Amino acid sequence: MITIENLTKKFGEVTAVDGLTFSVDEGEVFGFLGPNGAGKTTTIRMLCCLISKTSGEATIGDYHIGKTDDSLAIRKMIGLVPDNVGLYDDLTAFENLDFYGKLYEVPEGRRRENIERFLKMLDLWDRKDARAGSFSKGMKQKLALARALVHEPNILFMDEPTANLDPESAKTVRDFIMEVKKQGRTIFLNTHNLDEAQKICDRIGIIKTKLLTIGTPDQLKESRTAPKTEIRLAQVTEVLVSALRKLIPNKIEVSGDKLLINVTDPDKENPTIITAIASSGGQIREVTQIVPSLEDVYLQIVKETK
Amino acid sequence: MRISKAWIVAAKDMRIFLRKKYLIYSLVALPLLLGIGLPLVLHLVGARKQALSGTALLSVMNAFSFFFGIGAGVLPIILASYSLVGEKIEKSLEPLLATPITDSELLLGKSIAAFIPPVCAIYISSIFFMGLSDLWTHNILGYSYFPNWNIGLILLAVVPLSALLSIGWSIIVSSRATDVRAAQLQSTLIIIPFFIIYVMTEIGAITLDTKTIGIISGVILVADIILFFLSTKTFQREEILTKWT
Repeated sequence: MITIENLTKKFGEVTAVDGLTFSVDEGEVFGFLGPNGAGKTTTIRMLCCLISKTSGEATIGDYHIGKTDDSLAIRKMIGLVPDNVGLYDDLTAFENLDFYGKLYEVPEGRRRENIERFLKMLDLWDRKDARAGSFSKGMKQKLALARALVHEPNILFMDEPTANLDPESAKTVRDFIMEVKKQGRTIFLNTHNLDEAQKICDRIGIIKTKLLTIGTPDQLKESRTAPKTEIRLAQVTEVLVSALRKLIPNKIEVSGDKLLINVTDPDKENPTIITAIASSGGQIREVTQIVPSLEDVYLQIVKETK
Repeated sequence: MRISKAWIVAAKDMRIFLRKKYLIYSLVALPLLLGIGLPLVLHLVGARKQALSGTALLSVMNAFSFFFGIGAGVLPIILASYSLVGEKIEKSLEPLLATPITDSELLLGKSIAAFIPPVCAIYISSIFFMGLSDLWTHNILGYSYFPNWNIGLILLAVVPLSALLSIGWSIIVSSRATDVRAAQLQSTLIIIPFFIIYVMTEIGAITLDTKTIGIISGVILVADIILFFLSTKTFQREEILTKWT
């Protein structure tokens, strides 16, 4: 659906996006993670034909980014939720959506139907005649989501849709994204929120001007950080630790009354470790499997590029 | 270019204008001043007190006619600046530019929105101006001075051309402004030449006949063309998104 090859954007001497190459499949939720200034918004803007590319290729469906003739066709098949909602405060919720529906040439009947459907889905139908300027941040964000969908695009680009929202509003937005995903639409999601990315994205790309890594959340976690088994003991002694080091080859870290043991296959290795501790005289209070979070992976990858 | 797309933008902008009290006041106040205030001046100073001779009265009426050209230059500035800088302030340009609309359609839509209400207001006020002026000067002149070729040319040529001029200028000024008032203030510089023409008419340096008005219209037309090219160069999506916001 979206294919990007060596896509680069320079602003004068500054390279904002450097040689991106990846693809996003139809119906996939693709998360784009990266620190501020990493080039996430610039990438979305290039893909939405808002700004030109410096070099490289990108296609959306059968259309090429950067070709004047294809730009209108691309913009017709995509929806954008920018980082700033950019609603018209003096227009009502209905008028905001109706304006965009008209620009996308949605026939009047269909337009009204879609506006009603999306506003109802987002609990905004009762406020359809209220001016957008009177809405809370969360309501505005929801209205911006409805605006991006009013013409039923195949691809939805979202630039940090839950940034600065309270947890409840963020959850509503996330649930709505999941609902949109169920409809088979392709979603390209820029986010800082790692938890959100892990919950809703099929694949994730981490960018810092260049694409640093790409994969499913599980692949990313497995590729970077080894799982650890945390064992809390009644007492940790040097004698016990050195006895254990002789019995098992795993790396052992001591933290207070806990042992942190690196494992590659917890199901296989944990019973051996527990037996070794017991045979060395250790009294086990608690065993916890620590799975690395996406945040750990992200921080590690970004740190490596510094 | 699809006029229908431009019209959608224009209709949206005009709907927003109608909800901004200060824009409404601006659209009403100046035309009211021109349509009723100027004839009232003729009535009070000229006709009622018999302070002006017939010839002097004609000269004043002629000069007053040019105020419609000035008004047509002032009013679109208020709307065009709001329309463009307003989008910047509300950060609505990005989603708008992501729709299947071309830069020229968007620019045309913005221009239509800033053109129609002021020009209509000016035309309506000119009807009041001509009617009231005739009513209050008929007893001195012995005939109705308006309508005549001079004001006809001003209304049909100078008014639309100067409205376009101020819209083109406002687009260029608004590209650098981040505040509506600042954009409006800077844009008003465009009407200085109009005031100079008015003053020259009042002091008798030029006679505002059809020939002079024709020359003025021609000069504004040339300026319109130059500003049109400059404004279309300024109004490009990449420029707008990376430098305007």
